[in-house]
Amino acid sequence: MLSEAAKKELNEIRQKYPEASAALLPALYIAQREFGHLGADAYEAVSDALGVPKAIARGVGTFYAMYKHKPMGRHIVQLCTNVSCMILGAEKLSDFLKNEYGLEPGGTTPDKRFSLVIMECIGACGTAPAMLVNDDFYENLTEKHIEEILEKYK
Amino acid sequence: MKPTNTVIKVCMGTGGIAAGGSDVMDAFRTELDASGIEATVEKNCLMHKVGCRGLCAKDVLVDVIVKGQKTTYQYVKPEMISRIVKEHIIENNPVTDWVVGDDYHNFHKKQLKVVLSDCGSIDPEDIDAYIAGKGYEAARKVITSSAPEDVIGIIKASGLRGRGGAGFPTGVKWEAAMKQASKQKYMICNADEGDPGAFMDRSVIEGNPHAVIEGMIIGAYSIGADKGYVYIRAEYPLAVERLRKALSDARTRGFLGKDILGTKFSFDIKVKLGAGAFVCGEETALIASIEGQRGMPRAKPPFPVYSGLWGKPTVINNVETLANVPYIIRNGAQWFSSFGTEKSKGTKVFALTGKIKNSGLIEVPMGIPLREIIYDIGGGIEGDRALKAVQTGGPSGGCIPAEMLDTPVDFESLAKVGSIVGSGGMVVLDADNCMVNMAQYFLQFTQMESCGKCVPCRIGTKRLLEILDRITKGKGKEGDIELLEKLSADIKAASLCGLGQTAPNPILSTIKYFRDEYEAHLKGKCPAAVCKELLTYYILEEFCKGCGACLRACPAGAITGEKKKLHKIDPAVCIKCGACFDVCKFKAVKKE
Ligand SMILES: Cc1cc2nc3c(=O)[nH]c(=O)nc-3n(C[C@H](O)[C@H](O)[C@H](O)COP(=O)(O)O)c2cc1C
Ligand code: FES
Repeated sequence: MLSEAAKKELNEIRQKYPEASAALLPALYIAQREFGHLGADAYEAVSDALGVPKAIARGVGTFYAMYKHKPMGRHIVQLCTNVSCMILGAEKLSDFLKNEYGLEPGGTTPDKRFSLVIMECIGACGTAPAMLVNDDFYENLTEKHIEEILEKYK
Repeated sequence: MKPTNTVIKVCMGTGGIAAGGSDVMDAFRTELDASGIEATVEKNCLMHKVGCRGLCAKDVLVDVIVKGQKTTYQYVKPEMISRIVKEHIIENNPVTDWVVGDDYHNFHKKQLKVVLSDCGSIDPEDIDAYIAGKGYEAARKVITSSAPEDVIGIIKASGLRGRGGAGFPTGVKWEAAMKQASKQKYMICNADEGDPGAFMDRSVIEGNPHAVIEGMIIGAYSIGADKGYVYIRAEYPLAVERLRKALSDARTRGFLGKDILGTKFSFDIKVKLGAGAFVCGEETALIASIEGQRGMPRAKPPFPVYSGLWGKPTVINNVETLANVPYIIRNGAQWFSSFGTEKSKGTKVFALTGKIKNSGLIEVPMGIPLREIIYDIGGGIEGDRALKAVQTGGPSGGCIPAEMLDTPVDFESLAKVGSIVGSGGMVVLDADNCMVNMAQYFLQFTQMESCGKCVPCRIGTKRLLEILDRITKGKGKEGDIELLEKLSADIKAASLCGLGQTAPNPILSTIKYFRDEYEAHLKGKCPAAVCKELLTYYILEEFCKGCGACLRACPAGAITGEKKKLHKIDPAVCIKCGACFDVCKFKAVKKE
């Protein structure tokens, strides 16, 4: 179930568009925030709120990489391994996360503290390699640097 | 002594914040308070954030301007602030140890800033700072006293071409939309910047969002649109936040909304967040995404200017294109077209990354030789090594080899050598970069991001990638290079949208200039020693000191040897992870 606040937010967004289905992307973000990820209940809630068939909602949700379809950790480590980051050592960092934290791309630590998502370019290529933890950017990364950063996220 | 007329500007773009810009600002506040000058600080010392000035590699960058004298500090950390405040702000003696060097000034010397002219100097979150530098004057002039035809005339005469990749003349696009009779039209700003190696649009929005908004207002007035959207990547949280604030401030000041500046012209802008799909940067996919659908491109024609968002005439322009507009209106078409080449007017913003000393954001006149960008602005290659190639235009572009560094950087010249200006990514490569691996990287990207609607792109990129994969694993076959070329030509010809039509470019340009590298891979060698499966690691007897560092680092137990004696790697056990190579202080581990 969506919270009352979320329902209200959804309704407001709905009013901004000429047709309900146009509100799908923001609605899915809200549902993801509420449910943690987009499962059957989340799609059901969005579909009910907007009057859009569930299949359409799911079709849209599965097209975009930023919608998550399984439970995620409390903090999402989003490491860029695209070209500028790759040539400055991003692959080593991905190995480091795997070896030190047991974080596989797409995986979550058993204590649900971190999930790792491999990103395409996040626009920090001038100070590569780079990652986002939740909404915070970290750049010029080294293994030591990552260790210090992740300490901040409990 | 009390500080007078002091201005402190702290770089707070994404790069500046990541390097600790907020802590630096806090330290300044605390330090100024502690110096017992807080009473005068408000009046005489102004501190504010600025957006990216380009050289994020040296962040946090701070300008301290005392009595009109500007000093720039680099790599500023909170613990440095007390000295800066005491010696520079109070005693007026700049702390020379921390001041930027020649490379900072050389980085800026050959640049020409139009779009970025206010980035890095004004506070992006302060609409008054933008207005003080003549901001919104162009919009005011246009809305209150120009006919749409005249505005379009100026944009056409300026020669401005789209900065989103295709280089389509902006004035022509606007004119086509203006001529549509429809009551409802839309003006869209494409801020879905997704090309790997590119961050121009992010920096422009973070550094000067009002210029983009002003450009949109002028565009909307010219074509007769009353609604606008900025479609922006959700991966850029800071840009989204600054854009939203800027829109709200512009609305409060009456530059957006109903009856703007007392005229009959109404226009407002909404922000639409993307959700992580590169293909949504393509204009018809972007429209589908705003409409709430899967972001899949459709065949053109009809072009969006005839049938775009919800079937209405729609102009889509790139962030940088729009940010040029107010400056063109303010300074005139002639002024703008005095920069650049015959067919590529004005300047272009590039993101300089990879193995370059001064990586960062630059703006140069179109037509500048690539060499000047790399050596004069970029300061040359990291470690003064030899340059191998410059990749431009991201996954739609190609590699320009070192021998062609004198190529002028403009739409026509780059196309001639098999690359493109594209959105403005420039990735600098040296001898340690394998060109087949580069092509493979880009193909992995396009194959992942292919929306799957058309067969040539969906299956073609997959096949291309498979061939590249086997070449880099030493399993390439005779004829694979020719097969890549043939398949590439088919995909280019038959794909539905620009993604597929340009996806093979990184392959074609690397085959064109680095065919020998492909051939070497077919013979089982990676000349740059990058492709894992083709490497063998061994230890050089004359350098090995027998320190045992490699033995301890090897996760596979492939290394044997006694202390102070030559160590050996067993190739049958070696997993080629490179740990020994990285850890050896004596350069005794060799890979080839
Ligand atoms: C796969 C693909 C991705 C694109 N991504 C972007 C983008 O991120 N930003 C952009 O401005 N244009 C992008 N474009 C180009 C747009 O389709 C369109 O040409 C451009 O936004 C028009 O604006 P302009 O005339 O100001 O350049 C992309 C095109 C393709 C084929
Ligand atoms: S390639 Fe990693 S941030 Fe751009």
